[in-house]
Amino acid sequence: MISTDFTWLIGGPQGSGVESGANIFSKVCAEMGYQIFGKREFYSNIKGEHSYFTVRISDEDIHSNVNAVNLMVSFDAETIFRHFDEIVSDGGIIYDSKLEDVTTDRVNTLDSPFKDRLHKFLESKNKPFTIAGVLEVAKENGVKLYPVSFKSLLQTLSEEVDNPRLSGLVRMYNVLGVSLSLGLIKMPSASLVDSIDDIFSKKPKIAEINKQAANFSYNYASNNFENFNHTLTGVKKQSDTILVQGHFGTSLGKMVSGCRFQSYYPITPASDESVYLESNEILEIENDRPGSTIVVQTEDEISAIGMMIGAALTGTRSSTSTSGPGFALMTEALGWAGINEVPVVITLYQRSGPSTGLPTRHGQDDLLFTVFAGCGDFPKIVYASGDIEESFYDTGNCFNYADKYQIPVIHMMDKFLSSSVVTCKKFNPKKISIDRGKLLDKVEGEYKRFAFTDDGISPRSKLGMDNGVFWNTGDESDEYGHITEDPQIRIKMMDKRMSRLDLALESIPADQQAVPFEVHDYTIISWGSTKGPIIDAQAMLKKEGIDIGFIQIKLLHPFPTEYVKSLLKDAKVLIDIEANYSGQLGKIFKQNITREIDYYILKYTGRGMTSTEIYNSLKKIVQNTAAKREVLSHGA
Amino acid sequence: MEPKLADYKTDVHNDWCPGCGDFGIVNALQMALFEMGIERDKATIFSGIGCSGKTSHFINTYGVHTLHGRVLTFAQGGKLANPDMTVVAVGGDGDGLGIGAGHFVAAGRRNIDMTYIIFDNGVYGLTKGQASPTLKLGEQTKSLPSPNTNSNVNPIGLAVASGFTFVARGYSYDVRHLKDLIVKAVKHKGLSFLDVLQPCPTYNDLNTRDWYSGADLAEESMERHSRIYKLEDTNFDPTVNYAGEVEVNEKLSQALIKSLEWGDKIPTGVFYQNELVSPFSTRLTDKIPNYLENPPAKQIISDNGLPNTDISKILDSLDV
Repeated sequence: MISTDFTWLIGGPQGSGVESGANIFSKVCAEMGYQIFGKREFYSNIKGEHSYFTVRISDEDIHSNVNAVNLMVSFDAETIFRHFDEIVSDGGIIYDSKLEDVTTDRVNTLDSPFKDRLHKFLESKNKPFTIAGVLEVAKENGVKLYPVSFKSLLQTLSEEVDNPRLSGLVRMYNVLGVSLSLGLIKMPSASLVDSIDDIFSKKPKIAEINKQAANFSYNYASNNFENFNHTLTGVKKQSDTILVQGHFGTSLGKMVSGCRFQSYYPITPASDESVYLESNEILEIENDRPGSTIVVQTEDEISAIGMMIGAALTGTRSSTSTSGPGFALMTEALGWAGINEVPVVITLYQRSGPSTGLPTRHGQDDLLFTVFAGCGDFPKIVYASGDIEESFYDTGNCFNYADKYQIPVIHMMDKFLSSSVVTCKKFNPKKISIDRGKLLDKVEGEYKRFAFTDDGISPRSKLGMDNGVFWNTGDESDEYGHITEDPQIRIKMMDKRMSRLDLALESIPADQQAVPFEVHDYTIISWGSTKGPIIDAQAMLKKEGIDIGFIQIKLLHPFPTEYVKSLLKDAKVLIDIEANYSGQLGKIFKQNITREIDYYILKYTGRGMTSTEIYNSLKKIVQNTAAKREVLSHGA
Repeated sequence: MEPKLADYKTDVHNDWCPGCGDFGIVNALQMALFEMGIERDKATIFSGIGCSGKTSHFINTYGVHTLHGRVLTFAQGGKLANPDMTVVAVGGDGDGLGIGAGHFVAAGRRNIDMTYIIFDNGVYGLTKGQASPTLKLGEQTKSLPSPNTNSNVNPIGLAVASGFTFVARGYSYDVRHLKDLIVKAVKHKGLSFLDVLQPCPTYNDLNTRDWYSGADLAEESMERHSRIYKLEDTNFDPTVNYAGEVEVNEKLSQALIKSLEWGDKIPTGVFYQNELVSPFSTRLTDKIPNYLENPPAKQIISDNGLPNTDISKILDSLDV
């Protein structure tokens, strides 16, 4: 039984510190023992457009966001216009009282489709098109309003600490908002100051005034706001818990797995990983001198994959990180890595396509493209992680697959994961193993890089190694790597390369291929980041006595047909849940398992699924009132 | 055993057309590697796509025959991961200055210590003679349906403008001179570029061996002289000796002006050299002090199948 389940929302124009505000809030709550699931939504824009962060806080493990928001804090009008209707009836809104008269027309970042919908709604409620209007609606719904003048807060503070500069620092509104929120819910403020120090560690002066502002507004809320229905005073801390951002799993996984070369071209939401790797480019090595990761920002994604392959040929574990449009540019070279049996890992942080699509929003629409990427037949592995913690260990597995089967591996992540901030079990590097397959340390006698062998995998030399000279070509080649067009060699080489797909299916442990979270009459199949909201929805239904099964498929290509079949034999109704339009996993599933999908739950608004939405659709399915395609749309 | 020149040759059948200028380049490259005593397992020839792309198969060192236009990307990745190896990238002018032009410019900005040789013949040979980036506006080689509608790229000028720190031109029928240029280019500390004029006997009927040797000029003047001349035979000094802006600008400008010379007199030799620009490896060691002693390809990443990278400090900073 979850005794605390509280969602806080902070919004504001991009560039106003929404993210640092949310990070401080998350850190404070995590320090008080709560589990955190935070998610950032933002426009493709540097300054001015609406961004917001929801942080869900619980004393039990949580893996998703929910629809309900319990407390919203806003220092701008747009946040209120866009989110007032998400606040539940005993929830609250802390807002800047000067905003009350702002009309929708004054907020020029409110786009007209949204404004039209809002106007219609307000008309139906007989309310003016102002902040006061929407707040009245919220109030009628039972939401408590906490108006406060951010300007006079700063004014009073500046007089109290005798620092006139403070009164005009609107950049501190985020810290005020966070602290007012914490004061209202009576979260102990011990770690508030430390968290601010963390966030502003490189700017001690700024940290100092932010700490003053934080303490001042925390106390203001405690002393002046009327009582709120939710108090979160802290719970027992769980041991070995860390608070991580979305890209930490794959970045830290790469460091530990021995990835020493990463090339990339900037693209949302993948570049954070590369920037993080470069920020930590010098590595501590046990009982040895320091190591390093060479991170190269290239001129385009074609160069990124070319450099990665060149580096991998030297025996270096090498990687690149990109998103759909960048991966599209990489497909020619992906085939080159395939025909030349080069182990590489491409971390694919998907976003919403097609083309540039919704460049800063979530999507899982690159599955089919990835499985079929590249011209010609060549083997590759497509692998997907379901959450951040998993992605750390999966990164280790992906490098091992690449080395053992000497093929490119595409590790699929997505924007939902990358812009999450969550608590999870501390990563354990010793649970990652390093298996370089048939990589040679030395060569004696005649060497043939592509020698025919019983298991289809040839011992691998590396550029610059003594006596290990070999050739590569994107043409079909003989055992040395020289061009051939001989029809018999062609058959043997194709068979040799393609045999790795069977080998991978035989030798990758079952629990790395797919993970069953119970199997029942109604069973979900899904992949990637939908895992979190699915298992939370599953738990919600279980409490009502409704059992739903769920198979998380991690190995997408080659598809683990027999294993998934065996898992699903007792399932009567199959439900495919994915963040794309066409149910792409369903297509792969039907192709391999020749079984119909009974229901699809799909979302392609670019916003991640909440467990509430999945719960609602699953309930309709069980009650037999669902459509074959349930299309979800929650989220601003 | 002392290596012989023959050790740098493979027995792969060479299927270039008889009389192809590429033969001279591959010979010069083998001679240069031999002369410098670079062991065959310490060098990698990266190549692009097209006739010139096959070069890596004829040289008995590591050979990586890459993708059209992308040779510099593979080569730079290899060199960065294993800076101990000698890297030479080769490709056609269509490969490097057409589809690969973006990589050409970006490589100049990095100045990684390696050599890039363009086999410059004005046509796309392997696809039957279409106009390539170095063919001049209005010229019509024999398989073009109509005169070329594009202006040409100036390879030397582009290299100088992009930041290559050694820029030279050779001629594939002067193998000994070309060999000397390759040796200089490989020994240069930084990214070196060699534009090699290379007649395509099958598809370029304008810039033929006879044309380069001035056979047509001889008819007019009754005096045979080659169009090709060597900058080192003139008082042209390509080398930047001081890091001062004035000298650098002067040397860059004279290289650019020289690169525009074409027609009856075509300069070969070194146009520009500046070893005062930091090579990329120095830019890396500035932030990763032991990069050259412990580069990616040499790093030990595991101990008995378990990782040896210690991220505990980072993990502890994430503790709550």
